Amino acid sequence: MSTLAIASWRRPSIIPGFGLTLGFTLTYLSLIVLIPIIALVLRTTALSWQEYWAIASSARVAAALRLSFGAALIGAAINAVFGLIVAWVLVRYEFPGKRVLDAIVDLPFALPTAVAGIALTAIFDKNGWIGQLLAPLGIQVAYTWLGVVVALTFIGLPFVVRTLQPVIVEIDREIEEAAASLGADRWHAVVKVIMPTLLPALLTGFVLALARGIGEYGSVVFIAGNIPYRTEIAPLLIVIRLTEFDYAGATAVATLMLAISFVMFLTINLIQAWARRRYGYV
Amino acid sequence: MSDVALAAPPVWRAPTTEARPVKLGLIVIALLFLGLFLVIPLMVVFVEALRGGLGAFAAALGDQDTFASIELTLLVAAIAVPANLVFGVAAAWAIAKYEFRGKTVLTTLIDLPFSVSPVIAGLIYVIMFGSQGYFGPWLKGHGVQIIFAVPGIVLATIFVTFPFVARELIPLMQEQGTQDEEAAVSLGASGLQTFLRVTLPNVKWGLMYGVLLCNARAMGEFGAVSVVSGHIRGQTNTMPLQIEILYNDYQWVAAFAVASLLALLALLTLVVKSALEWLFGHELANGSR
Amino acid sequence: MTALAKIPRSNEYVGAEVPLVPSSVEEVRQGHSMSVTVENLAKDFGQTAALHGVSLEIAGGELLALVGPSGSGKTTLLRLIAGLDFPSSGRVLFGNEDASRTSVQERNVGFVFQSYALFRHMTVFENVAFGLRVRPRGLRPSGSEIRERVMNLLELVQLQGLDQRFPGQLSGGQRQRVAFARALAIEPRVLLLDEPFGALDAKVRKGLRRWLREIHDRTGHTTVFVTHDQEEALELADRIAVMSQGRIEQVGTPDEIYDRPSSPFVFDFIGDSSALPVVVENGRVNLDDRILSIDAKGQPDGPATLFFRPNHVRLAGQEGGALVGLVSGSRRHGDARRLELEVGMARHRFEIDVPADVDLPKRARVAVQVTNWRLFPA
Repeated sequence: MSTLAIASWRRPSIIPGFGLTLGFTLTYLSLIVLIPIIALVLRTTALSWQEYWAIASSARVAAALRLSFGAALIGAAINAVFGLIVAWVLVRYEFPGKRVLDAIVDLPFALPTAVAGIALTAIFDKNGWIGQLLAPLGIQVAYTWLGVVVALTFIGLPFVVRTLQPVIVEIDREIEEAAASLGADRWHAVVKVIMPTLLPALLTGFVLALARGIGEYGSVVFIAGNIPYRTEIAPLLIVIRLTEFDYAGATAVATLMLAISFVMFLTINLIQAWARRRYGYV
Repeated sequence: MSDVALAAPPVWRAPTTEARPVKLGLIVIALLFLGLFLVIPLMVVFVEALRGGLGAFAAALGDQDTFASIELTLLVAAIAVPANLVFGVAAAWAIAKYEFRGKTVLTTLIDLPFSVSPVIAGLIYVIMFGSQGYFGPWLKGHGVQIIFAVPGIVLATIFVTFPFVARELIPLMQEQGTQDEEAAVSLGASGLQTFLRVTLPNVKWGLMYGVLLCNARAMGEFGAVSVVSGHIRGQTNTMPLQIEILYNDYQWVAAFAVASLLALLALLTLVVKSALEWLFGHELANGSR
Repeated sequence: MTALAKIPRSNEYVGAEVPLVPSSVEEVRQGHSMSVTVENLAKDFGQTAALHGVSLEIAGGELLALVGPSGSGKTTLLRLIAGLDFPSSGRVLFGNEDASRTSVQERNVGFVFQSYALFRHMTVFENVAFGLRVRPRGLRPSGSEIRERVMNLLELVQLQGLDQRFPGQLSGGQRQRVAFARALAIEPRVLLLDEPFGALDAKVRKGLRRWLREIHDRTGHTTVFVTHDQEEALELADRIAVMSQGRIEQVGTPDEIYDRPSSPFVFDFIGDSSALPVVVENGRVNLDDRILSIDAKGQPDGPATLFFRPNHVRLAGQEGGALVGLVSGSRRHGDARRLELEVGMARHRFEIDVPADVDLPKRARVAVQVTNWRLFPA
């Protein structure tokens, strides 16, 4: 391998294996990820703009995207509020069983989505553990958009908690002492001094949970009911189009979802850049 | 972090903590929230699986199709995990040990499967290899079946578990720097020797952590696999898909029985992960999910 | 007093225990010149005792330094006065009022942390205004009053024009002054500074020392500051409390501390010093069986330590009783030359200052007479 020939774009190193590892990495990456994604984009371009727009704005697609996006938003918001409390409690307080609780926060991350799906459905079904408590009150969770929200809250739970925990650990106690010494009661100290420092991390966690929720499939399809225009999520719509061999329709919805995800992650990066500029940290 | 106010005169409270009632209130809220969303679902899986007693549980797992799904899941994981392991190591090596332009782009691309919906992950392979896909006719002509067959499932699983090992190793190896390797090379070691004797021991816990997560996801993946598998009973169903089939057939106990196996795997993953963090927290990079 | 003279008077805050806006200069002095009394204050952290029954009286309006090595308990004492920690026993009085039952929020102390603890998400203005803005409605000054007071303070600490900056955009010295202004804004009864200049480089530190003294003279706050730098304490303080291992060794003016240290620790810690092990017998001092011309009448017999400062010696003539040593090292020390000498079989080391032009090689024999010393029983 001639290091001289490619010295312009890399710094030469005495450690062998650059060509081999980078080559393998790029090949693997291309085969598994890049080429299929490019194929997806190509497939979409096979549609004319009019066809694309017709599919994208059709009532069913709009309803599915509204549900996926809306329920993910609500779920992420719930996680933002309660996740903040959970993260604070796990970092700042001591109580029996704390370690165990801290460990199972990762459960939605480790548990297969199908398992989560049937478990949540079993709980909130009319005859389920909690469903039977809510039925007399006229509240139905399973097979409604509420069920979708529940599932997406479950899925997004670790994102907010795990993003906030390290930041809460880093809080300088002296800042809190300074606020107290200046006469602030605990409420003011928390709201005016501590919360603002947690805001960037909270936002990041929120967007991560949101992004995950929009694309979620396995844990939702069991509890959702999947009625078109009402409780049908966008990923399910893609699957249905595929079973109909309507590749064009499927790819149209897929690229729409990808575009939205892209915007999400762009937002995260912008939030973090802003925080860095304003506060000098993230 | 502990509550020092207990030893103080009743009036005094440390300025860096909340009043007792507030604390208790917050703890209760946190417990209720986690209990509702985490503990109860976990319990439900095992309770429903054992509702018919151990006999029904064993019978469910012994069913032919179900057993085949377990075998298929293990097979897919046995291929996908090592493949992504090798990739993860290679990518981490290339990124951590050398300086070259385009590193950020590369890292972002490696993270890509994380941000893609699992259904889309399956979709892209259907676009490529499905009967109406780009390679569809060619594959048909050569009698090769990818979609609606095991190879498709393996591919989709590789895609979704792609970044796990790499994401654990890259920050870890970057933190460790290149000095150890350069020292080894200057003493005459070959690339492979350097890797095996110098790098590997330094990253073994991060590696294990990444493999663990990769495996959990590989065995549990539903959306992507559902799209490419074709749901052919006894042949192209992994455990998560089998759960769906059993559930839709109203065989609750059987569905939960299979689910409980996967739940046990998830718990095992969490336990080992906690143990690793507890023992080697300082060695594991804090890669964000 | 110019800065405070600009603060408008107002009698709005009826019911406030300490009038926020004093209606005369005298009241200002009184409000800020609260005396602080520490009575038998002790603090344990688990098994270790950080403070052992410390008592101290700080007069209103004085600038007192708590000096000592790390671990001496000085920061612990400061935090107990502030109310950031609670004592294991003993109490703290502000004036005649027992502050032990009050929280730090209620004590109205201005605390400046070693790391400044500025609120990074707030501008300089918002930082300084914080203490005023979090006051309950009845006691809170109006927006324009707050603005005026903050601007006055920023001018006092020479940071005018920087009110819209964020702490991340300021230098260390500037941040220090913001922390100071922030503490002053609440018109504290006592100002408490924890190693205020510790994190700054030498030149900045010197400038800020002078500035601190000036501010104190102008505003008249009772101020307690903690430092490990004895030079700083000597330069700045009205009185110094030297601490070691959780106890106060000596309290006094800088002159008293420097010229009449009451214990070996204080002698050693403050200023430069040399110490030699001697034996006192019948009012005479022996060093390795050589009698020194030091009058020890009144001292108990037995082993003791002779303390003296390097510049309190003179080169001896032919008279007896001189302290004789061999040169083992020499270095420049400001205007003088500092010689390191060894004496006796055990080769005890001590240092003396000689004029810079006196040049002596190693192993040269030097005889000196000590002009000012203290003897402490061993």
